[in-house]
Amino acid sequence: MIAFLIRRLTQSGLVLLVMSLLVFIGVFAIGNPVDILINPDADQEEIERAIKALGLDKPMWEQYWIFLVNALQGDLGRSFVFNIPALQLIWQRMPATLELAGFAMFLSIFLGIPLGMIAGLKPDSWVGRTIMSGSILGFSLPTFWVGLMMILLFAVYLGWLPASGRGETVDVFGVPVSFLTLNGLSHILLPAINLALFKLSLTIRLARAGTREAMLMDYVKFARAKGLSNARVIMVHVFKNIMIPVVTVLGLELGNVIAFSVVTETIFSWPGMGKLIIDSINVLDRPVIVAYLLMTVSMFIVINLVVDIIYSMLDPRVRLGDMKS
Amino acid sequence: MLKQKLLFGLALAISLVFAGSVNAQTLKIGLKSEPSSMDPHYHNLTPNNMMALYVFDRLILQDEKQNLKPGLAVSWNNVDELTWEFKLRSGVKWHDGSDFSADDVAFTIGRAPNVPNSPSSLGRYIKQIKSVEIIDPLTIRLKTEKPFPLMPTYMSTFGIVSKKTGTGASTEDYNSGKAMNGTGPFKFVEFVPGDRIVYKRNDNYWGEKPNWSDVIVKPLSNNSARVAALLAGVVDMIDFVPTSDIEILKKNDKVSISQTVSNRVIYMHIDTARDKSPFVTDVNGNPMDKNPLKDLRVRKAMSMAINRKGIVEKVMEGVAIPAGQLLPDGFFAISPNLKVEPYNPEGAKALLKEAGWGDGFGLTIQGPNNRYVNDAKIVQAIAQMLTRVGIKSKVDTMPKNVFFPRGSKLEFSFMLVGWGAGSGEPSSPLGALLHTYDKSQGFGSSNRGRFSNADLDAKLEQALATVDREKHKNLLIEATEIGINNLGIIPLHFQVNTWAVRKGLVYNARTDEQTLAMGVKPAP
Amino acid sequence: MKIETGFEQEISDPLGKKEISPLRRFISDFCESKVAVVGLSIICVIILIAIFAPLLSVQDPYDLAQLDIMDGRLPPGEVSGTGITFWLGSDDQGRDMLSGIFYGLRTSLGVGAMSAFIALIIGSSLGLTAAYFGGRIDSLIMRIVDIQLSFPAVLVALVLLAILGKGVDKIIIALVAVQWAYYARTVRGTALVERRKEYMEAARCLALSHSRLVFRHLLPNCMPPLIVVVTVQVAHAIALEATLSFLGIGLPVTEPSLGLLIANGFEYMLSGRYWISFFPGIALLLTIVSINLVGDQLRDVLNPRLQS
Repeated sequence: MIAFLIRRLTQSGLVLLVMSLLVFIGVFAIGNPVDILINPDADQEEIERAIKALGLDKPMWEQYWIFLVNALQGDLGRSFVFNIPALQLIWQRMPATLELAGFAMFLSIFLGIPLGMIAGLKPDSWVGRTIMSGSILGFSLPTFWVGLMMILLFAVYLGWLPASGRGETVDVFGVPVSFLTLNGLSHILLPAINLALFKLSLTIRLARAGTREAMLMDYVKFARAKGLSNARVIMVHVFKNIMIPVVTVLGLELGNVIAFSVVTETIFSWPGMGKLIIDSINVLDRPVIVAYLLMTVSMFIVINLVVDIIYSMLDPRVRLGDMKS
Repeated sequence: MLKQKLLFGLALAISLVFAGSVNAQTLKIGLKSEPSSMDPHYHNLTPNNMMALYVFDRLILQDEKQNLKPGLAVSWNNVDELTWEFKLRSGVKWHDGSDFSADDVAFTIGRAPNVPNSPSSLGRYIKQIKSVEIIDPLTIRLKTEKPFPLMPTYMSTFGIVSKKTGTGASTEDYNSGKAMNGTGPFKFVEFVPGDRIVYKRNDNYWGEKPNWSDVIVKPLSNNSARVAALLAGVVDMIDFVPTSDIEILKKNDKVSISQTVSNRVIYMHIDTARDKSPFVTDVNGNPMDKNPLKDLRVRKAMSMAINRKGIVEKVMEGVAIPAGQLLPDGFFAISPNLKVEPYNPEGAKALLKEAGWGDGFGLTIQGPNNRYVNDAKIVQAIAQMLTRVGIKSKVDTMPKNVFFPRGSKLEFSFMLVGWGAGSGEPSSPLGALLHTYDKSQGFGSSNRGRFSNADLDAKLEQALATVDREKHKNLLIEATEIGINNLGIIPLHFQVNTWAVRKGLVYNARTDEQTLAMGVKPAP
Repeated sequence: MKIETGFEQEISDPLGKKEISPLRRFISDFCESKVAVVGLSIICVIILIAIFAPLLSVQDPYDLAQLDIMDGRLPPGEVSGTGITFWLGSDDQGRDMLSGIFYGLRTSLGVGAMSAFIALIIGSSLGLTAAYFGGRIDSLIMRIVDIQLSFPAVLVALVLLAILGKGVDKIIIALVAVQWAYYARTVRGTALVERRKEYMEAARCLALSHSRLVFRHLLPNCMPPLIVVVTVQVAHAIALEATLSFLGIGLPVTEPSLGLLIANGFEYMLSGRYWISFFPGIALLLTIVSINLVGDQLRDVLNPRLQS
């Protein structure tokens, strides 16, 4: 277990290093942020002053070296745009994104598993078919399109839900959350559904496939033969069997949900990290781009690790030591 | 029965959602662009400068047509050619209750150009000041090295901060509100980046008091989302209404529209300097050693080939005005002689033939796709029109983060750009776009076509050293005429700034694109 | 003259079972789902439209000389200045929507299929190599796969395209870059299982060459899950391309794909000019749904564990 963790962590460190270098080169290749940040009215003297103030007058390798040295001390640099430490900026925006992503995951699990199980138990009934067709739609519709359609329908034509923003927040342990107030809840509903749609379809499919497989397994047949009630068979035996793929895939997808919130947050003006990264890419705010990617990848690494550990607990056949990654 | 109860519950829930947010004295504004900081001197860009105006007054203010009007200074004049004297307003209080005086102005002039890590500073408007002299608490003199006619205009570009609170304050102190002590019509409440900025009324304001006790500003960058937010009643007002929605909003009886022509001209910049231009090819797309764009006749033909009325009607949906010079009618130093080039494709073909390009040539037109109103669509329309007169055009539009750095590295031959004259007069576009690129004097910094004309340079430099208002104006007009007649740039149109407000409100539409809560009033 | 008796069936059945090839069995299994068959036929129609788009269109929507902005935003059924009838209306540049959709289908499908194909080749070669050789090579390749998969696809494509610029070739590069790892992982997973099976042991005992072992024996047995992944990824690629177009990067505006047509038209939705965005949206939806329907049925048919 310990050896596994150590190996995992060294590898992760290497991944982060390579990634930061790639992003550095990438952003450097796109262009000079000062060209976008500066007032068009500025003269050459002012442009040079700004380039110097942001440390962009040094050669790239030197900029990267400075970044590395600072990063090792926990400083990922200051945003070119906001003049705030990039990490602090991301921390400020992170709760909003995590709440949105969490709410979306919650929706997809608590709707997806039951729906998927129904579809798996009755694959040929009209209920099962409807659920599956719905999930194919959810899979196929591009997120941005659905989001825009939902705004049109629910916010503009029906006027039921607000079109954008986060609404009222309540502090829980110093972290602002919005799902505890009615106003906040009404704001989070549309973006969360939008974000959840894809994962919901995925969960339905996984649960359905898992259920269908489990129903053919000997242990389920045996349990039924023993005369256990249908409900018990489903709730205990089948449910356990489908949890393994669902946990794995959803765990891995959490990183993707956070990344995909880029699109949802842009459409719904949700003040989270996704919108921050799009805005930062738009103005080439390199410290924020690098910090954001480092954060999401770190998060992804942690999630992967947790998934593997949970996996080993759910399925005794899997041992952590056997895992390569 | 149960269903009815459920429905009732739902209706109740929905009404509760909205009930909490209704307050007759609260104004909620949805903005396209968010400021990057609350520090009035950190980032010299329109969103920052306009939000700073809520809290910080300036020595001189600009009205909605960008005419100068007294702000913290009640009057100003030249003591001699090199000295400007400003008489300050008496009895003005800072939000914390202390008195405003000339010390604060001197402190601001020292701070504004020197904010650490500023990505775009206000130094441009201050560096002409050689020394500051405080005559008495309400009189201050600014000395320059050369005669400087633009001094009053430049003094209308930055907010005055309090010396007491501002000493040692960092940009973060402004963001947190600690240093947000101004003299302006609103007091700062909070800034939550990406989500909202909140203000409350300054009841001791020296000028006209705003109609709103509270103002909440929300960034809503997506065009459709912003319109949807207005229609759904989430905000009372939005700026930059997309041209495609203006017609429908005009018909909607829940909202009304405020419009005015903008100080922003949309134009094509042309590589007039190089013999071999990167995106000019022969008709078959092969690289060419000649640059037809250097020939004035070719540029003239291109200008004639552009159907400005068509662009305004079809692409801009009528929400723009065809342009024949750098600023629209009504601004300072407008040339009466420059007219909008009429659409004349046959004439363009003839002129191209005369210039020896009767068979045409190939061209790629570059432009941003997220900077100006309908930018990518205008580029496509122009490509259509040029192709029709024989200049086979391709289109390459890109996000502004790619476009501007590449444009500044002179990677393009023919590009769409816009210029908003923040000063409200033509010396800014003349100096930045058409004056010969001159690093030492700070001219031509945005001259991405490297147009160069010695006459124009001389007239402009002379104008900038002439304090006599009438002479200054005539020199600017002459410089403008040289630049436009030689087609250093091809002007296309002036944008029209459009705001939409909830029925029952009116906004005093501004030429400078600023959205100010002070200008929003209940409809008469 | 043939006399039908009930016995014939019984007699021919055992014989018939022997004769049915895996392919025919596969086809008959696939056809069990009516929906999937409908999906497949739609895909065929769409592919035909894509291939013959220039013949079916009244206008070349990618040729600027044929467009006139004065014909812009005409509602369905209106006639242009040059006498073309816009059955589905025109967009802001005066592009016939129907022709635009035909060409857009061509671009979207082309981009999706091409990127999936290249990613398939790169990904499965790496996956096979990893699984076959194991050890350090395996660790190295799978580490790269992990890194790749830990980057969110949208972001990688976003940054890549910002650097590369616009163009069909560039968007294919970006899509391949975000997709290859899925294939590598899938192939490796399956190949690891297959590798231990008896037929591989047997083949190895015959001292066959590496390449023969991998390509003749290992690869064919990894095909079923790969086919499923390919269909899903093609659909994914098309949707991702649309999303990137919505964010303003990817394809040049003068050669719109379906996604770009939707994104361009969306701003007109609120003002009631639905046709610019709506019809391409339907076309995109039909395409992706059909591909997914087929992929779904393939998954069911090819998953041996579900066949009792």
